Amino acid sequence: MKLINRTGAFGRAAARVGFKGFDGAPHLILFIITLISASVLVAVAAFLIFGSLQAFNVIGPVELLFGESWRPTSFFNQAFGMLPLMVGTFLVSFLASIIAIPIGLGCTIYLAEIAHPRIRAFLKPAIELLAGIPSVVYGLFAMLILQGWVAQVFGLQHGYVALNGGIILAVMMIPIMVSLAEDAISAVPRELREASYALGATRWETMRSVVLPAAMSGILAAIILSIMRAVGETMAVLMAFNQTPILTLDPFSGVQTMTATIAIEMGEAAVGGLHYSALFAVGVVLFVITLLMNTIANRIMSRYAEAYR
Amino acid sequence: MSSIEVNNLNVWFDDKQALKGVNMTIPEKGITAIIGPSGCGKSTFIRSINRMNDIIPSCRVQGQILVDGKDLYGPGVDVTQVRKNIGMVFQRPNPFPKSIYENIAYAPRIHGTRDKKKLGEIVERCLRRAALWDEVKDRLDKSAYDLSGGQQQRLCIARALSIDPEIVLFDEPCSALDPIATAKIEDLLEELKDDYTVVIVTHNMQQAARVADRTAFFYLGELIEFGDTSQLFERPENELTENYITGRMG
Ligand SMILES: Nc1ncnc2c1ncn2[C@@H]1O[C@H](COP(=O)(O)OP(=O)(O)OP(=O)(O)O)[C@@H](O)[C@H]1O
Ligand SMILES: [Mg+2]
Repeated sequence: MKLINRTGAFGRAAARVGFKGFDGAPHLILFIITLISASVLVAVAAFLIFGSLQAFNVIGPVELLFGESWRPTSFFNQAFGMLPLMVGTFLVSFLASIIAIPIGLGCTIYLAEIAHPRIRAFLKPAIELLAGIPSVVYGLFAMLILQGWVAQVFGLQHGYVALNGGIILAVMMIPIMVSLAEDAISAVPRELREASYALGATRWETMRSVVLPAAMSGILAAIILSIMRAVGETMAVLMAFNQTPILTLDPFSGVQTMTATIAIEMGEAAVGGLHYSALFAVGVVLFVITLLMNTIANRIMSRYAEAYR
Repeated sequence: MSSIEVNNLNVWFDDKQALKGVNMTIPEKGITAIIGPSGCGKSTFIRSINRMNDIIPSCRVQGQILVDGKDLYGPGVDVTQVRKNIGMVFQRPNPFPKSIYENIAYAPRIHGTRDKKKLGEIVERCLRRAALWDEVKDRLDKSAYDLSGGQQQRLCIARALSIDPEIVLFDEPCSALDPIATAKIEDLLEELKDDYTVVIVTHNMQQAARVADRTAFFYLGELIEFGDTSQLFERPENELTENYITGRMG
């Protein structure tokens, strides 16, 4: 989200500079501020790419990106294959998404169309509050309580498995998704609903055939942005399951995500060494994924803004 | 067949009474205009006829509205059935963000028409009826939002006709349109009045005088006077009506 606003504001400020000239000091100040935040983005990218150059050179891009084992500290068969980390991130985010998307959309529809206005006035801020809880708190819950339930329900020795992470990430995704998707549904003009009701459509028909299609791009953007939250989450993931870089899609196994890898290993990697540089490469991949998802969400949202003009 | 008989209609929004004891019989066919100052309850009245006020939680309705002798507010009446038989056109054009074709096919489809050919016929008939067919027949699959405001409003009229109603309600249908688009809608109203019972709310007294067979004047939630348009404008019986049509009242 922040990224979107920043680039958007930057674009506008730049357009102003380029085509209309400054309208005085306030614009100049705003322009400098946006310029600074935009350059932070560029600086971060440059910093990551620069730091990862050694790893890409020595290990080779194919091995680094698609190698099947990540054994950075092994003395005899050290390996820097990022695939297990990417798959780990994918697995946990995927589990989180298949839990969060149906529940999140259900909550959204309830909140937007079914709940009494007074109930909504209470629930919406409550859900948005959930989005603001620090991830370490969710992590603590996953580690101390959820883990036990997962172990019990699925008959495992312990619940420190990918699924535990998926569940807690789902819990973290839902408030973001509901909040953004509800905004999208509420933004559908009342006149459209009235037109549908006036034709004898029921509430459900109106929801399904008018409101949801009209809000669809906003809902998709909400889903993508909440998935981004899962992909980028570190602390809750660290606390929810054992970080073991195994290449697997088994939800009952430990895996290791990209974010967790950087967080765990950066401290022990020798500064300037190959491992150190490989972690930068992990950062580059994360950065690219984030940028990509953000761009997609941005595209979808602007199409949806266009829909009403 | 579709006269509208309103008996002692009272409408409240929370504690505020918007309509007070309205009694009125709107004969079938022809155009009936509803005029009156802003906030006098014109929209509330017209929206009572197809029970659109039901979707406003704070709204309470008391009284009878008989269409063909059946009370729309009687026990066991299905609201969607009521609305299915009464078309409505709103103040601002509000086409769905769908294609021109889909805008018209929407209602017949949800009411059970699946046959492509039949839907196509309905779309053509309604668009012709709304004098829009020639302008859009080559781009039925284009977004309704690509049309001009006046065309959008005629599309909304065509959409209202797609449910094959006997009554069509218009709530200030021209207030967002320019004079040329307005004239087109007025011509269209003339065309429709032989087949439909048309009730139109308008802010524009000239418009009422031009198109309406009968005119009703509302003031502060009450029906003050109702009669033939020429009689109401030339020889109003009530002083309030006279003040309003001579411009001595907002
Ligand atoms: N949804 C609502 N909630 C509360 N009060 C309402 C609502 N709709 C209308 N009212 C009130 O009911 C009264 C009649 O409103 P209505 O919209 O019927 O007036 P109107 O004659 O159509 O006015 P206008 O010419 O401005 O459209 C007004 O006092 C208005 O404040
Ligand atoms: Mg009104």
